[in-house]
Amino acid sequence: MVDEILPKRTQLLQELFEQVPSGVGKGGITKLSKEELLELLEKGSEWSLQNGYGTKEDLLATEESGRMRQADPKMVSERALARGKPQLGTLGAGNHFLEIQKVAEIYDEEAADILGLEAGKVTVMIHCGSRGLGHQIATDYIEHMERKYGYSHLPDRELVNAPLNSELGQRYFKAMCAGMNYAFANRQMIVHWVRQSFEKVMGSAEGMKQVYDVCHNIAKIEDHKIDGETKKICVHRKGATRAYGPGHEDMPERYRTIGQPVLIPGSMGTASYVLLGTKKAEELSFSSSAHGAGRELSRAAAIRQFRGETVARELLAQGIEVKAASWKGIAEEAVPSYKDIDEVIKTTVNAGIGKAVAKLKPIGVVKG
Amino acid sequence: MKKYEFLEHTADAKFRAYGKSLEEAFSNAAEAMASIIFEEGKVEPKLNKAIQAEGEDLKSLLVKFLGEFIYLLDAEGFAFSRVASLTINKTAGGYRLAAIAKGDKYSDKYEILGDVKAVTYNDMEIREEKGRAWVQVVVDI
Repeated sequence: MVDEILPKRTQLLQELFEQVPSGVGKGGITKLSKEELLELLEKGSEWSLQNGYGTKEDLLATEESGRMRQADPKMVSERALARGKPQLGTLGAGNHFLEIQKVAEIYDEEAADILGLEAGKVTVMIHCGSRGLGHQIATDYIEHMERKYGYSHLPDRELVNAPLNSELGQRYFKAMCAGMNYAFANRQMIVHWVRQSFEKVMGSAEGMKQVYDVCHNIAKIEDHKIDGETKKICVHRKGATRAYGPGHEDMPERYRTIGQPVLIPGSMGTASYVLLGTKKAEELSFSSSAHGAGRELSRAAAIRQFRGETVARELLAQGIEVKAASWKGIAEEAVPSYKDIDEVIKTTVNAGIGKAVAKLKPIGVVKG
Repeated sequence: MKKYEFLEHTADAKFRAYGKSLEEAFSNAAEAMASIIFEEGKVEPKLNKAIQAEGEDLKSLLVKFLGEFIYLLDAEGFAFSRVASLTINKTAGGYRLAAIAKGDKYSDKYEILGDVKAVTYNDMEIREEKGRAWVQVVVDI
């Protein structure tokens, strides 16, 4: 509960900051061999579990059980592997974060109970992904696709593409799935260190159960109804996350009655929300929801307008303690840099894409 | 003449780098990118690293060239500060670039301010005219 955490918050943030490497160039497990990395890219969170990170329970609350079976590590370039190897187990900088939050409001008691959320309880939210490895996969395949299919007919060269069922399309898809596995494994490791930090500072990490782990900014093969006909399609979710409604079989069993959890983080000083996917989202948005507040101010403008030290002081006055690798990083992520998260949620809920379950308010933030 | 300047971009970082030649503008683009990642002028130019890049046109050459610095930092822990002796040559298949990257082994004394993840073609422009050149780049951060 929040009142137990608050007296030890500074210590807890310090411990989390040390346990979870945040920045670039500071590797987590640098001794990982190439063979181990390839195995990890194939197995995702299962690799983490085999190596002592996380629990079986965690995987039951993870999309795809933390393993994309279509992944083929052989489709990932040496360069991507070289970037990914030293970064395994790191949080990353920019908008990536680790947050200690309190459950501030519950909008749906029954669903909250199934998710393990209760007013006054503490949650930890982790936002990070496939790090440099995922970016390198995209960079590599953009180059391959340019060569093979050209880009002169496109308004933006970044929109270069390949037919999904072409040989190149399949190679890219399998590499991207390997990238997702890296992200699953990475987060599972961080979850383990978060538990260790709580155990050390609070004396116990018992009851720290995983609510949900999901990848966003990805493409997935799914069945959707188009003009009354069910078709197998590839859904690209950029700046979006999946929001299946109740009853869909492709989600953890325990959530099938309520719908897929949709985690929407806000900016440092505001709030994050837990929503549930709806049946209506299947008709409206191919079962997709926004995955965050979205920036309103450029990073450069934020740095000009805000000083990291001042932002941190103001946040503390609002009950949010920040531990960051750099002051500039805090200024970039200052509250007015983002759209109003409450408005984003209101729009999502009113449109029928998501159903609100809980509001989480940050009390401590670790930033890379 | 200023070496580079940053332009407005909501989600990512956008800059223009200038030079008397394309080579100089490319070199300054690397410096602009270094200033996103590290505090300006902080990384000591102690070590030299040879860099090569090839592209079928100048834009892909620039993407590959700047991507090399991200790779060196992520994969080899090489923090870069600037570029020396950069040359661009036309080849049968496009362009080839060779340069010396100056920098230092990454360590805790170099705070990472911004995590540049990828160089994009988004809004990219490359201009060269009588004794002046500039390039415009958006990097994903």
